[in-house]
Formats: sequence, structure tokens, C-alpha cells
Amino acid sequence: MESKTPRTTTSSRGFGRRLLRSSLLEALAYPHGVDRYVELVRPLLVQRDVRAEVTAVRHQTPKSVTLTLRPNENWRGLRAGQSVGLSVDIDGVHLTRPYSPAGSEHSSDGALELTVSTHPEGKVSRHLRDHARPGMIVGLTQAEGDFVLGEPRPERVLLISGGSGITPVMAMLRTLCDEGFAGEVGFLNYARSYELALYSAELGELADRHEGLRVARGFTRARGLELAGRFRREHLSAVISEHASAATFVCGPPALIDSVRAAWAKDGLPEPAVATFTPPALRFDTACVEGSICFAASGRKVANSGLPLLEQAEDAGLAPEHGCRMGICNTCSCRKMAGSVRNVFTGETSTAGEEQIRICVSVPIGEVVLDL
Amino acid sequence: MSTAPPDLTPAQLEAFGQELDAIRARVVADLGRRDVDYINKVIRAQRGLEVAGRGLLFCAFLPAAWIGGTAALSLSKILDNMEIGHNLMHGQYDWTGDPRLDGKTFEWDTACPGDQWRHSHNYMHHTHTNILGKDRDIGYGMLRMSEDEPWRPYYLGNPLYAALLATFFQYGVAMHDLETERLAADEAALAARRDKLRDIWRKVRGQTLKDYVLFPLLSGPSFPLVLAGNATANLARNLWAFTIIFCGHFPEGVQEFTEEEAEDETRGEWYYRQMLGSANLTGGKLFHILAGNLSYQIEHHLFPDLPAHRYGEISDAVREVRDRYGIPYNTGPLHKQFGSVVRKIVKLALPPLPGRSGSEPDADKAAEARPRKLASVA
Repeated sequence: MESKTPRTTTSSRGFGRRLLRSSLLEALAYPHGVDRYVELVRPLLVQRDVRAEVTAVRHQTPKSVTLTLRPNENWRGLRAGQSVGLSVDIDGVHLTRPYSPAGSEHSSDGALELTVSTHPEGKVSRHLRDHARPGMIVGLTQAEGDFVLGEPRPERVLLISGGSGITPVMAMLRTLCDEGFAGEVGFLNYARSYELALYSAELGELADRHEGLRVARGFTRARGLELAGRFRREHLSAVISEHASAATFVCGPPALIDSVRAAWAKDGLPEPAVATFTPPALRFDTACVEGSICFAASGRKVANSGLPLLEQAEDAGLAPEHGCRMGICNTCSCRKMAGSVRNVFTGETSTAGEEQIRICVSVPIGEVVLDL
Repeated sequence: MSTAPPDLTPAQLEAFGQELDAIRARVVADLGRRDVDYINKVIRAQRGLEVAGRGLLFCAFLPAAWIGGTAALSLSKILDNMEIGHNLMHGQYDWTGDPRLDGKTFEWDTACPGDQWRHSHNYMHHTHTNILGKDRDIGYGMLRMSEDEPWRPYYLGNPLYAALLATFFQYGVAMHDLETERLAADEAALAARRDKLRDIWRKVRGQTLKDYVLFPLLSGPSFPLVLAGNATANLARNLWAFTIIFCGHFPEGVQEFTEEEAEDETRGEWYYRQMLGSANLTGGKLFHILAGNLSYQIEHHLFPDLPAHRYGEISDAVREVRDRYGIPYNTGPLHKQFGSVVRKIVKLALPPLPGRSGSEPDADKAAEARPRKLASVA
């Protein structure tokens, strides 16, 4: 919308941005910083954080929501296949989850498209499905990830996906189509049923318009449709002439990735590029008493001894900052990147996502990753 | 007024601790949007008052604008330091995961660097509350605030030092973590102190540049008026913070402890010490907000990491538990509690009366009545 505004406005906005970024204003806003004032009036105008406004919301299937986002000027863009962290506040708690945008890297207005599939345990996905409205502001991280097409583009591309894993390969497909890609593209996608399949209409249209593109869909819980059941090597011939020489990208549940890998190994081919979207809330919910503690910043990993994390860190030879060692002073507060912990005094169990914890009174429940 | 605290048995202390844990657990289970909406509202009010105050001071040549601007800026600094800064830096909103409310990184509008405050206050003061020789909030290394501190002629200046500390409180707080009254023992301690001094200098420079150079300069001919307005706002905040903080621990009847008494404390004993070592202030809703809810000092010391606006809601439950265990509850209106603090500052300026060997009878009595270290509790 605003990207179509005339140049005069752009230059006055440029002046506004330079003013907001000036060191004088920063000195006047010390110690909070200009953004902490600006965001109370215009949340998108902040100079540091990436934020986006939801401009459109649609529901392709009952179990998903597709959002169109307009990021603010701090957004540095992305390559098809990469993922972003999206943050929302739910009941006062700030939660961040990774999603792969599904739009082309060449989208003319810089908009992002996110298709979020809901998960029965997924707080963020359900919140977005039920509450996302145009005008809503969300937080973003810059795009990251190596699951990308690469330059120059390969001559033959094979994109395999399952469930919500369709989004990064959809971004790749749309990007190739926008580039007028002359090579061969095979798009093989699995969904539980036709009703739950994403991007069906658009995939049909793209296949009609682009000669080198072949699309086939498998429905794992329905019979008599295009392809039956889960991934099998025979399915490949429906979309590609020769998979051995195709740059292959696979995204989906671990079972799909495993079976593709097995097929490739059987043919003696190098591993395809893979990405998986197991939500972090699930990855650690099998509470295993052993597990290991990973101190990410110092690159150390130790077996979980069951002691509070501060002691485990010290036993591992680290010297984390700490004070009272009894959960009072917050000096030892540390970012937990993954895993769940239990408070030794209160028995409270944390969520599995990223959060600040007091390591002196937190014992790990299985696998935990700390920013230490 | 100082009723002797009861000698609780280890089993009673254990049960007492569990009852307080249960109060905490009820609040933790209920944390949510209401708390975040509340703190965001206070932050919005503070930023609004600050912008309004600075804006009005641009018209400082109009007396009404000077008064209004200075008042708004004073309120902004008080809210920023008390209800927002102090409370966020305790980690009261860390459960939100919102980086803007993060206790480890928040920085406030005062001379003391947030990181040093987190150490001197959150750790030293809150863990060692009212332990003579460990809790440096007892007199800030300058005043004689306890009978157990031996008198020296230096302390004749007690009221004067207190007045100076109140006036320049933000700098007193900033120097707090340097522990200047302690001589540096070795190279490492000296180096650590140099680092702290460097951080204080940076923070003071930023604060001074803003309040005493840039805003006055930007107002052009009103330079001296804006400077005076900003200085007045800082002074108002200093006096207010000093008053609230000293009323939290030094009114008559609040207990002090020795290091031995606090050794190997159980959770229940720790709660017990926090209760005896703190005092509350009564007042209206606005008063509590401006006090950063430190008017609920007792609840704050029991649960320093619960959002402070909850203290008022749980104070009846805390009081009910205290009553049942017969523990005195030290509370009163600001003028009464502050009067008591002033009397103590003046009284302790003077040497103990001859023949009483350093401590007065009621202090002896209180020391005896205080439970000895309950070593049998494992």
C-alpha cells in the first residue's frame, strides 16, 4: 500500500527516519532509547526491531491460517526457503515460533506470506488462527537458514513436502516461476486429505502456466486420488524425469524426511537438503530424566545430573554470574533456548520455549539448552 | 510498639514457610494479561508525563508551565524508578518473555547503572536483609542506623549525612555497589572497582548530558529555567525515594540480625527474617503506585519477584498468616513511620548513655527475644 506512495512522501519519511536515528534524539531519550517512546504511538516506526502489520488473513483449510504481513523498514528481506521467528503476546506472555514464509522472494510490495498450520498443542498457531486480524502487529526476526535454492539456480529442481512443510518449497516454487525458470521442476506434496491440502488451486494454475512444472499430490488418508499413501520412490516419476540429477529439497514431518533419505541412500545419491518443522513444544515433551544439558554459548554439553542448572554449569567448568543461589535476587537469570525446567522450591514446570530462567533454582526435565 | 517476636519451633517455621509459599503459588498461577496490561499502562503514563513535562519546560518562562512541567517530570522520574525500574529489575515480569520488560537488561532514569543495582539491591540487600555487616542498605555505609553499630564521634553528623544522602540520593545509590567504606583487599578488587566506576561514569554522563546540558540548551533563552526544572525533578525523586526506602526498614520496631542468626536458614526462617526486617506504609492507591508498592515492603521482601501491584491484593492473606503465628506487623502512615526514622537517625547520632555499654535495654531485650539460630532444622 504505502510502497506505491509518491517519491516526495518517501523522502520526507527518509528525513523522519534520519531524525529518529539521530544521536541527539538518542541522547535525549537516554537511557530508554527513542524506540521505547515511538512504539507507544507508532509500533512499526521503531528503528531497531523488525515488526510487521497483518494486512490480510485468510483460511485455506480449517486447520490453517494464511497471513499477509507488511514488515517495517528494518526488515532485510529473505531468500525462498528461509524461516523467520514470529512473536505474539498471548495472555501477557511473549512467544516466538519459527515459520517459513511461502511467498516469492520477488514479491513486488515486500509483503510476506505465512501459512500457519495449527497444532492441538500449538499456542501460537491456534492463537493466530483464532485471533489474527488485519491491523494486528507482530514481532519478527530477520530471516535465517540454509534451506535455499542457491545461485546460480540448479537446472532441475525437485521439491518434496508434507503437511505444513509445504511453505518453504512453495516459496521456492513461486520464486522460480517469477524468475521464468526454464528448467524442470517437480513438486510432490503430501497431505492427509484433499480438504487439508494447502495451495491446491494455485498449484494447479502454476502447473498449467509453466511448461517445465509438474505437480502431484499424495493423500495419506484418502484413496483413489492422484497418489496413494505415503511417499514411495515410484511417486517420483509423476513429477520428474530423473531425480538423481535434480537438486532436491524436502520439508515435512520426520517420517517423510526419513523415507526420502532412505530412497536416496538406496540409489547411492548424496543427501537431499532437508528442513523439518516439528514445533519446539513437542520436540522435548517426552520428559526423559537423563537427557543432556547444552551450554550453547560456550559450546559444552554435559549429561544431566539432576542438580539445579547453576550447579551443573559450575560442574561443567563454567562460572555463571549468580547471587543468592536461592531464587531471590535474579542475578543468575539466563536465557533458556529449549527444554523444560522445574522450580525446586515451587515445583512449577516451565514451558518448553525460549524464556529467562533462574538457573540456581531450576532443575532440567530432560534435554535443556542454555545461552551460557 | 516493639512487641517481642515469638520463638517459633522448627515445625512451626516449616508450616509458616509453606503457607507463604502457597500464597505465592496462587499469584503465580494467576499471572497473565492483567499484569502486563497494568505495567504497560504505568509505562505509558510515565513516558507521557516525561514528554509532557519536557514539552512544558520549553515554555518555562511562563510560571505555570515551569511548575506543571517540573511536576510532570518529577512524577515521571518517580514512576520510572519506583513502580517500573525497581520492580522490573527484580525480574517481576520476566515470565512474560518480553525483552522490553526484561529484568536483566532494563535501564532506569537515574544515576545508578542497572547492572550494579541488580547486584547491590537484588542480591546484597534482598538476600541479606537487615543483617548487620552484610546488608549495606543499613546506613548506606555512611549512617549509623543500628544500636549494634559501635558509636564513633563521626556519627555526630548522622542527621546531616542523612539530609545530604536524601538530597543526592541518586548518586548515593550509584556509589552503593562500590562499597567505598571497605578498603580494597587486592588487585582484583581494585580492578573490579575501576570497572564499576567506569560504568557509573558512563551512566552519570548520559543522565547529566540529557538533564543538565541538552534539554536546557535546546530551550535557548530558557536555559537556566529548564536546568532548574530538571534539577528540581531529580531532587523531588531523590527525596521521595529516600523517604520510602528508609521507611521500609528503619522505623522503630524493625529487627536487625547477625550473620550467625541467618546462617543455614531454611525457607521458613528466611521468610521470618524478611517479615521482622521490613515495615509497611498505609495510604491510598496513588500513594502505593508512586511508592512503587514498596509501601508493601513486607510483601515485597517475602516475594520480591511477584509483580508489585499484586502486593496489596495479598496483604490481607499475609497478615492473616502473621497474626496466627503471633508475629508483629509493623505498619503506619508515612508521617508516623518517617517520624520514627528521623528520631532514630537523631538518637543514634549520640553516644549510648553512660553505664549502658553500647546498647540500650530494650535493644537487649529484643535481641534476647529474637529466636536464636534454629540449628536443629536441617
